Amino acid sequence: MIFLTVGTQLAFPRLAKALDEYAARSNEEVIAQIGDDTESYPNLDVRRIMKPAEFAETFQRARIVVAHAGIGTILTARQHQRPLIIVPRRHELGEHRNDHQVATAKAFCDITGLHFAMETSELDALLRQPDLDPVSVDYSARHDDLVNGISEFISMLKTDHKDGPGLFARLFSRLGQPRAAVK
Amino acid sequence: MISTRSNTGPPKRVLAVASAGGHWQQLMALRSAVANCDVLFATTLKELPEEFDAKPFIIIPDCNRNALWLGPWAAIVILFHILRFRPDAVISTGALPGLLALGVARVLRVRTVWIDSIANAEEMSMSGKLARRVADLRLSQWKHVADAEGADYMGAII
Repeated sequence: MIFLTVGTQLAFPRLAKALDEYAARSNEEVIAQIGDDTESYPNLDVRRIMKPAEFAETFQRARIVVAHAGIGTILTARQHQRPLIIVPRRHELGEHRNDHQVATAKAFCDITGLHFAMETSELDALLRQPDLDPVSVDYSARHDDLVNGISEFISMLKTDHKDGPGLFARLFSRLGQPRAAVK
Repeated sequence: MISTRSNTGPPKRVLAVASAGGHWQQLMALRSAVANCDVLFATTLKELPEEFDAKPFIIIPDCNRNALWLGPWAAIVILFHILRFRPDAVISTGALPGLLALGVARVLRVRTVWIDSIANAEEMSMSGKLARRVADLRLSQWKHVADAEGADYMGAII
């Protein structure tokens, strides 16, 4: 089974149409979460917006996941270790408000198990591979640096809910004072 | 690994906000940063926190550039929860509801952290740019984007 997901915010008819044609040719089951796309795709098992549990279950069961270049999808593929084919939404085709999905695709091109197709014509060859690599990426040093940086910033904050005026007191004393006296 | 620097005093209270989808996934990838804190999660889709076992949580109205009219309502809900929870910091990985939360926090003099999505590999998101005015710590997950935008870079989720 192939799982197509294009997120829930914007339709992606170019990709849905390509998968519809693939399903017709190959007879493989294709489950598609395509949001508010109102066109009809007779060969897809269309689910408009899936609940998270159904989404996770379908994701895990899929032979290959085909998606737009959304970070959520990439992280989910990592979590469930599924092969992922990404087709970035393109600004010039009116598929997103800018080309950040193309940038995402370029930025992540070195991740194992992430396969890219700029054009839907490239999909067929990828989908026909019997054993595409699953996405695997270890949390890197960059991840630890970011986590530690945020953690440190928060731990340096002064806690004032033990002593000193709380939020309410500060809010109301601020409202009650002339503006110049606040700072 | 995760810094285990001793927190003097009580645990910090942190409100962590992210819209459903990739923003929420990135917040979950950064959970260990607030492991020592008393965290309240906020998102826009009620099944998500349960799926990730993120407790306690609140649900806030979604809004985006196509549904800006929900913004004021989202801000009121966020204001209510900030007044009730009284966080020491509000952190967000986006998108617009997270920016609103940082704005409300700023008015209430609560410290704020913006972590721009790793999806923005060429320039910062619109919300991230606007967060300049309300974030005490504003991070991009790309060094070159941070430099161009005058934000900070500390690392990235992957």
